[in-house]
Amino acid sequence: MSAYRFLVNGSPAQVDVPGMRRLLDVLREELGLTGTKEGCGEGECGACSVLLDGQVVDACLVPVCQVEGRIVRTVEGLSLAARERGDLDTLQEAFLDHGAAQCGICTPGMLMAARAYLDAGGGPDDGAIREAIAGNLCRCTGYTKIVDAIAAVATPLD
Amino acid sequence: MPAEPSIDTPRHLFEAYERLAAGPTRPIAGGTDVMVAITGELGPIPKRMLDLSRIEELRGISLEDGSLVLGARTTYTEIRRSALCREHLPALVEAAATIGAAQIQNRGTLGGNIANASPAGDTLPILLAADAVILVGGQRGEREVPADDFFISYRKTALAPDELILHVRFPLPRGRELRFRKVGTRRAQAISKVVMALAWEDFGSTGWTNVRVALGSVAATPIRAHATEAVLDGAHPTPEVADRAAETLAGELQPIDDVRSTADYRRMVSARILHRLLRDAGGW
Amino acid sequence: MPTRTLTPGGGVTERALVIDPGQRIPGRAAGFPLRREGPAKLTGVAKYTDDLVFPGAWYGITIRSTEARAKLIAIEPDPDVDWSKVVIATAADIPGDNIVASIKDDQPVLVPIGGEIRHHAEPVALLAAPDRETLRRLKGRIKLVTEPLRPVFDPEQSEHVFAHYDVKAGDLALGFAGADLIVEGTYRVGHQEQLYIENNAMIAVPGEDGGIIIHGSLQCPYYVHTALKRALRLTPVQARVIQEETGGGFGGKEEYPSMIALHASLLALKAKRPVRMIYDRHEDISATTKRHPAIVRHRTGVTKDGLLVAQDIEVVMDGGAYCTLTPVVLSRGVLHAGGPYRCPNVRLRGRATRTNTPPNGAFRGFGAPQTEFAAEMQLNRIAERLGMSPAELRRRNVYRLSDTTPTGQVLKESVAGEEVLEQALGASHFERIRERTAREASERRGAGIVPPDPLRSHDRRTANGIGLALAWHGAGFTGSGEVYLASVASVELTADGRLRVLTANTEMGQGTKTVFPQMVANELGVPVDWVEYAPQDTAEVLDSGPTVASRTVMVVGGLVILAARKLKAEVEARHAGVPFHEAFRDDARANGATRIDQQFEPYPGVEFDDATYTGDAYPAFGWAAAVASVEVDLDTAEVFVRDVIAVDDVGKVIHPILCEGQVEGGTLQAVGYATIEEMKLHDGKYLNDRLATYLIPTALDAPHIRAILVEAPFSGAPHGAKGVGELPMDVAAPAVVAAIHDATGVWIHELPATPERILAAMHEPGLIGVMERPS
Repeated sequence: MSAYRFLVNGSPAQVDVPGMRRLLDVLREELGLTGTKEGCGEGECGACSVLLDGQVVDACLVPVCQVEGRIVRTVEGLSLAARERGDLDTLQEAFLDHGAAQCGICTPGMLMAARAYLDAGGGPDDGAIREAIAGNLCRCTGYTKIVDAIAAVATPLD
Repeated sequence: MPAEPSIDTPRHLFEAYERLAAGPTRPIAGGTDVMVAITGELGPIPKRMLDLSRIEELRGISLEDGSLVLGARTTYTEIRRSALCREHLPALVEAAATIGAAQIQNRGTLGGNIANASPAGDTLPILLAADAVILVGGQRGEREVPADDFFISYRKTALAPDELILHVRFPLPRGRELRFRKVGTRRAQAISKVVMALAWEDFGSTGWTNVRVALGSVAATPIRAHATEAVLDGAHPTPEVADRAAETLAGELQPIDDVRSTADYRRMVSARILHRLLRDAGGW
Repeated sequence: MPTRTLTPGGGVTERALVIDPGQRIPGRAAGFPLRREGPAKLTGVAKYTDDLVFPGAWYGITIRSTEARAKLIAIEPDPDVDWSKVVIATAADIPGDNIVASIKDDQPVLVPIGGEIRHHAEPVALLAAPDRETLRRLKGRIKLVTEPLRPVFDPEQSEHVFAHYDVKAGDLALGFAGADLIVEGTYRVGHQEQLYIENNAMIAVPGEDGGIIIHGSLQCPYYVHTALKRALRLTPVQARVIQEETGGGFGGKEEYPSMIALHASLLALKAKRPVRMIYDRHEDISATTKRHPAIVRHRTGVTKDGLLVAQDIEVVMDGGAYCTLTPVVLSRGVLHAGGPYRCPNVRLRGRATRTNTPPNGAFRGFGAPQTEFAAEMQLNRIAERLGMSPAELRRRNVYRLSDTTPTGQVLKESVAGEEVLEQALGASHFERIRERTAREASERRGAGIVPPDPLRSHDRRTANGIGLALAWHGAGFTGSGEVYLASVASVELTADGRLRVLTANTEMGQGTKTVFPQMVANELGVPVDWVEYAPQDTAEVLDSGPTVASRTVMVVGGLVILAARKLKAEVEARHAGVPFHEAFRDDARANGATRIDQQFEPYPGVEFDDATYTGDAYPAFGWAAAVASVEVDLDTAEVFVRDVIAVDDVGKVIHPILCEGQVEGGTLQAVGYATIEEMKLHDGKYLNDRLATYLIPTALDAPHIRAILVEAPFSGAPHGAKGVGELPMDVAAPAVVAAIHDATGVWIHELPATPERILAAMHEPGLIGVMERPS
């Protein structure tokens, strides 16, 4: 057991757990951030996607020792500023408007992959969006409305 | 929740060497293979692990004496974004783009792909086709192992238990061409059914030289197809040569049926994609 | 973007709208309520079962068989292990019947000593511990002593028949005698995994009354409730089932959750504390139900004008080791086996048998995707033989108003086969593109390229193809199902002036929580966020039937509307002249709560005879057409499905965005079924029981899907809706396979149409016999 320190959604966190504990388990069980979901535990479905230093990663494949001193962002931190107003951020809003969330279990991971894409300057191109979320399986939507929602946010306003 | 072996996080290579020398230790870099093995309890759980994520000596992409050198911890995303890789080894960039999706590319490393030594490892045929040299090191010193000698048998490599992969050196001979093709079940997040790299040097009238045909997912290790290379060496990529090369390749390969594909499919498709690469190269 | 206000309940202040019957949906329909639980799902606040915390809870796991068939002699915990800190449960701990209540009483909760293990990964014992590390350490220390028995894997060789049907109409011999062409074909489909992204999850909490409270991921709270009462010998009050946020079901959480709830309960009762039973993906794929594999044989007689005159169809389904819902799946499969086509002389035979593989069960479409794939393949091959466009052949045979189905059902209304067909043909420019792909194919053949040499590439790397399919889907339960169920749904004005909808119908992504309040708000004339949706908790809601068979909006939605109308009438009657939205709060203050429990009443004029299997098999049918465009890599036979136009008649569109979402999602599941989704077995064990090996389409594999909604209302339902969930699943797979044929010239008669099968067929053509009548 060691103490690991890192930033989660802008707040410092410290956990005393084995270094090989998955970031996914630390988030869900030590920090109570259950918005990050487990779908397969082997990096295939993307339901546990979070941002690690701004890059999208599968939290099931990250041992917590590798998170020491780094910055983690989860779905709970996607709209911190907006949520204080009881509101959604633009990406969440677009998902809601377009019907991009159905059962919702892939949604947090999908949002994080989309966030990483948008933060990296991704545009509304259909193929580029699909590539950006290809690591996030959705069984409900057929992806059409998800792609539409991301494209709507990525489209620069005139 | 998977097993949680003890893990050390050294900052420097010499510390890592000390730990490896102390007893059986499983290194972990991006974790995209190791964490899956542990979570799924695929094989025995290691007792001790070694986190390479803080060792800066294992990073970096540079051009050194006519070779492209990639640190073992170079991620697929770094390969895709690297101007040096795009200029000098675009086939590796192409291969990196076919691995997993963003989440895996952000974490998975070139060194990890090599150490994991899956017969389906997507970058490995490129290493074979490009005559890459793998630098490994430990307390006993450093040594260079040609990629050709690295993959010994199913998931067994030339790496000793107390050694780490440090970097990979890709020689960049003038006039060398390198092509890559992956066939998977779907367009992302797919382990290959067949993966191929084809390299040659072409100085005009003498025909192709230093031809390399390397494949993954068709044998217990990534392999080179020597008989097919022999057909192509000294030849031009004409339709007749392509036909002969494809037939030779189909005869030379002994793939198996498994959960992802069939032996027949792998053999036929290997021949056809080689034929396609030769057709494209020949411009007919 | 419309302005709106988010309220603490997650609802949205907006006027509920319903589109007029028959009106087409023009693209994105603004102004409909947003997904009710959407904000919670989008911010990570929504609690799925594994997100719930129960202090002191233990973790439970299942010890499973590793053989396909064996006699269980003993369960032997390793004597060197200290078992005092954990709990083991076996069949001996079951207080009631060792039965998972379903259609037949054949599936045990746990295999008893001396009993028969009938499939790989069958539950034999249970283990609970305070932490997962202990479980990981101990799970391999319980040994199962068994005596192997000979397993059966081939459904056609099995002698144990779960169900069989024989439906006849007209005179088959006469029909074939009058045919100009007889075409025979055999078609096969394999297992398909539902692959909801949330694995099965169940938490059992011992109740103070000796009962059990279940919190779980499930489709049908009352199925679980029934199972608990039976096996645990509980009263209806002692058994309580609460559905938590559910991350997809698709039929996969219809019957299997009963098993998991019982397992968690047995451990919880023995450990005297809450027990969490959370499957990982490997366990979920290994052990839970799949879509039934099927073999379908067709013999069809047609005239040279392309009119169907005889259909002789035999369906064999593989039920797996236990009956589960197999008889109903088979029944739907058989009733849909002829496709949406008029034919005077028909015989539809079906049987489902037992094999030693994990049991198969409900999956979106419920037998129809299997048999309609075969029907559409058969029709396309007939069109090819006749040299007729597949569109024209369908046009000539598709059911029209007043036609009679093989069960003798006269289609009196709501028949939209032609409409969906023409819409799909028009939107896809089917005939024009088909001419182009035919031209391209003949150019390739002219260049000697197809069929290609097995080891060569050819000068065109890819080929394009377009394919069409048409389907029907019986709306709601088969036959007398709804009559037996006698569902009750309620609308309540509470004493404190709130409006609530109470049903047992679950939200699992399809939109129940959004459309039920929408429909009620629309009836009552109040904003949609004034209407609450009560939790799916058996202590709060009555049994409005399971959330299956695309029946939620159609059947239960109808009940909810009727209940709302009665509530409105009652309240308005007490406040003469004052509209409901102004009167209801005063009414509650003055009169207290008013609750309307609306029970299902048989749809007028809909009658089915279970004994003879004749009559109205379904109150109405939904109709669907799909046109798929594919690009096939001629080197590798990799198929990329570029576009699918999906046209679905749902009777009445309640919420266009949610409805399109069903069509798009169902279409992609069908595309996966057609191309890459395949369970591989060896000795009755699934080989690809992980997400790295059972692959479903990613966003890069998914076609652009254009959903076109058609409304041919069903008069028996107050809103006219016929359901949408399953319809798209029936139709896209045969469209994709037809498109692959258009591109490559080969028919793939077994799903999925993998590159391996396509490449093999390209080099070994003519796999299906076609027989011409001697003239």
